[in-house]
Amino acid sequence: MLAPRFLTDIPNETGPLGRWQAGHDMLLTIRSLTKSFPGTKALDGVDFDLAAGEVHALLGENGAGKSTLIKCLTGAYRRDAGEMRLEGRAISPSSTSEAQELGIGTVYQEVNLLPNLTVAQNLTFGREPRRFGLVNGRLQKLQAQEMVQGYGLNIDVGRDLSTYSVAIQQIIAIARAVALSGKVLILDEPTASLDAAEVRMLFDVVRGLRDRGLGIVFVSHFLDQVFDLTDRLTVLRNGQHVVTERTTDVDRLQLIHHMLGRDLETVETPGHTEAGDVVQRPEMLRFSGIGRAGVVDPFDLTVHKGEVIGLAGLLGSGRTESAELLFGLRRAQTGEARDANGPVAIDTPQAAIAAGFGFAPEDRKTDGIVADLSVRENIILALQAKRGWARPLPRAEQDRLAADYIKRLDIRTPDAEKAIGDLSGGNQQKVVLARWLAMNPRFLILDEPTRGIDVGAHAEILKLIDRLTEDGMAVLVISSELDELVVAADRIIVVRDRRHVTELTGAAVTTDTIMQAIAAEDTPPLREGVL
Amino acid sequence: MGRLPGIRGYPVAIHRTTKGGTMNPRTFPLLATIAIFLMAYAICSAQYPTIFSTRVAGNLLTDNAYLGITAVGMTLVILSGGIDLSVGSVIAFSGVFIAVMLRDTGLHPLIIFALLLLVTTAFGAAMGGLIDILAMPPFIVTLAGMFLARGVAYMLTIDSVPISHDFYTYLQKAYYLMPGKGRLTFIGVLMLLTVLVGMIVAHRTRFGASVFALGGGVATARLMGVRVRRTTVQIYAFSGFMSGLAGIVFSIYTGSGYPLAAVGTELTAIAAVVIGGTLLAGGAGYMFGTLIGVLTMGLIQTYIVFDGSLSSWWTKIVIGVLLLSFILLQKGLVHLSTRRQGVRT
Repeated sequence: MLAPRFLTDIPNETGPLGRWQAGHDMLLTIRSLTKSFPGTKALDGVDFDLAAGEVHALLGENGAGKSTLIKCLTGAYRRDAGEMRLEGRAISPSSTSEAQELGIGTVYQEVNLLPNLTVAQNLTFGREPRRFGLVNGRLQKLQAQEMVQGYGLNIDVGRDLSTYSVAIQQIIAIARAVALSGKVLILDEPTASLDAAEVRMLFDVVRGLRDRGLGIVFVSHFLDQVFDLTDRLTVLRNGQHVVTERTTDVDRLQLIHHMLGRDLETVETPGHTEAGDVVQRPEMLRFSGIGRAGVVDPFDLTVHKGEVIGLAGLLGSGRTESAELLFGLRRAQTGEARDANGPVAIDTPQAAIAAGFGFAPEDRKTDGIVADLSVRENIILALQAKRGWARPLPRAEQDRLAADYIKRLDIRTPDAEKAIGDLSGGNQQKVVLARWLAMNPRFLILDEPTRGIDVGAHAEILKLIDRLTEDGMAVLVISSELDELVVAADRIIVVRDRRHVTELTGAAVTTDTIMQAIAAEDTPPLREGVL
Repeated sequence: MGRLPGIRGYPVAIHRTTKGGTMNPRTFPLLATIAIFLMAYAICSAQYPTIFSTRVAGNLLTDNAYLGITAVGMTLVILSGGIDLSVGSVIAFSGVFIAVMLRDTGLHPLIIFALLLLVTTAFGAAMGGLIDILAMPPFIVTLAGMFLARGVAYMLTIDSVPISHDFYTYLQKAYYLMPGKGRLTFIGVLMLLTVLVGMIVAHRTRFGASVFALGGGVATARLMGVRVRRTTVQIYAFSGFMSGLAGIVFSIYTGSGYPLAAVGTELTAIAAVVIGGTLLAGGAGYMFGTLIGVLTMGLIQTYIVFDGSLSSWWTKIVIGVLLLSFILLQKGLVHLSTRRQGVRT
């Protein structure tokens, strides 16, 4: 029987993916994509489909494999295994420009155009119209004007790119990518530095391009934006494909479960401390109203002796920024810190260290360790910095400290003189811990202490944190691994959209409650005074 | 969140949606250079009216011809975010090379010029290649080039070698008599032509766009399709060619080759480029500004000669002050524009 012609246009509702279910008419198909780096499998057999005329969100926490997938797609990395097809043809781009020629263009969070060239130069770069071998400036401007038409921009293409706002630069970057590639557009965190009005402007542009039939991959950690803009979403976790669904079929809580990798049914055992235990501990530090415009809204935090506080939230929620404010890496605009003896200055890291704070940053490789220095040198680094370089720590003392911490923290290294870069991630993390322990801090902040560490070492680090608090040291742990937070922390503070929204204590500390707090739509900001 | 993207201190200015309006802040340093030059010329002329004559103007071009040509090469290098410290030594090497070749072989000067330009261009290209392949800072590579070229000049001769050739005498005497008895010499015209070529190369070719792109940020330039290695080699080859040409002009100007000549010219050239309004960090500037920078420095020298009682060291002091004020001007522009940007957020 002949079906009426229009019926073929009706979305096929039989599968969970609707009209995008069929694989054969996909613009881009990726099958079993695998990419390993020494020590980690960044992508492990990932599948991904992109249809023409859809905006497809690619989601996942840090280390989920989003950027590796994109880098394979844009030719920055060569894949180890798997298959990529664009319009049915197998592709394997070896450079960004090759990917561009194939039709895959990328726009990054940090605008990858040249601020010192004019808009017209940026748009036509590499393809400038020429007359007698010389660039024809008039024609160049005309062409550029044409390229930005339809993007709703009223700009002078003869001016330097840097004279325009980031949002406009972002749209110009999109215009260039579309003109150069025209099939697949990858937007990698394009909204990270835009305000709400600018985001709307950008989204209008993206929707326009979708309606013109482009396939758009949208990477973002702003879930509101994902729900607002995208048609489908794919979640990756630990280098593996978790789920691909229509955006309208997913709710926020489910999505967060997918991203953080917990099932609703799994109810974890409560934290290791009994409810009420916290208040019995003597108060050590009280931060009140610490905040900075555009970074984190003012928040209060009371730290007790010997407690472990967890800071939970999605990537980009303001959890790392909170820690940076507490340690003086970012200067707080409001608020103050006090201890039993009065105000504590935390304007600079130096001041924070002098006040007995320690901070092990998230990116261990670039901010935490000095890869070429030995284990011993890395351990004494902070201690030596505090003494001043004019008074070197005696070598015997250094050796003693190094030997002591290698033993106490069970750092697996052939000897103290081994370059730290040669150790495994878990052992590097222990050395960073040792560095701060040597300072004998009262308040230690650990940002993602188990990131990039093999599973066995996770438990060890957690045990170590527990042991540290026995002597009265307070620890603030930031982690995406919720069950680790549940095990390690006495209290959990949930951060969302740059605000501290909820505090969970005692029996309330479960992965379930944390996730609900993260997924909740609107809660008043957490100020202890208000509560 | 901080506002993007003030890459390497390049002025970030206010957001605009209206067309036209105020001037492009990129031109401020150039306009400042021109204003300072005109003001200085007016002040000098007011005190010594003869300075305002084609004679002085002609001499200004002739005396600074070699510096101007060197500075054209240097401008391109600095625009790309690099530096070329070898130019002074290459000028000295060129003079010695020409003088010794003329003395010891029967070759015509034009053939020797061609040979020399080949050598200096290849020398520059080699430095550019090393900078890119070894990912070495241009400062170090060209510093080595500076010692190398000076050393080779000494190897050829340790004395000043006079040049006497009919063709040279012809070039030295070639001039166009301007109204007011000012002499527009061959080397002066050559310098102006070089600046013109430099302007076209920097502002009107794809190669020039790539040079600005490198100055704006190597990683971004690569993403936008700049062939970084080829461009780097070409930039330093261009500078090598210009130093060779400057060496030829210098040998015509002095009529000799001397291995100790042009010591410190690289720094004078860098000063001229910066006074000409080019950002020392690269990515912004105008070739024409460099000409004005060279002429400003020449004017100061002329003034001191006219005055007669001032020590020639005053030239250095004034240039030092000028240089400092230009760096401050550029910093000020960056500061001003980022602050305006900040208000918007």
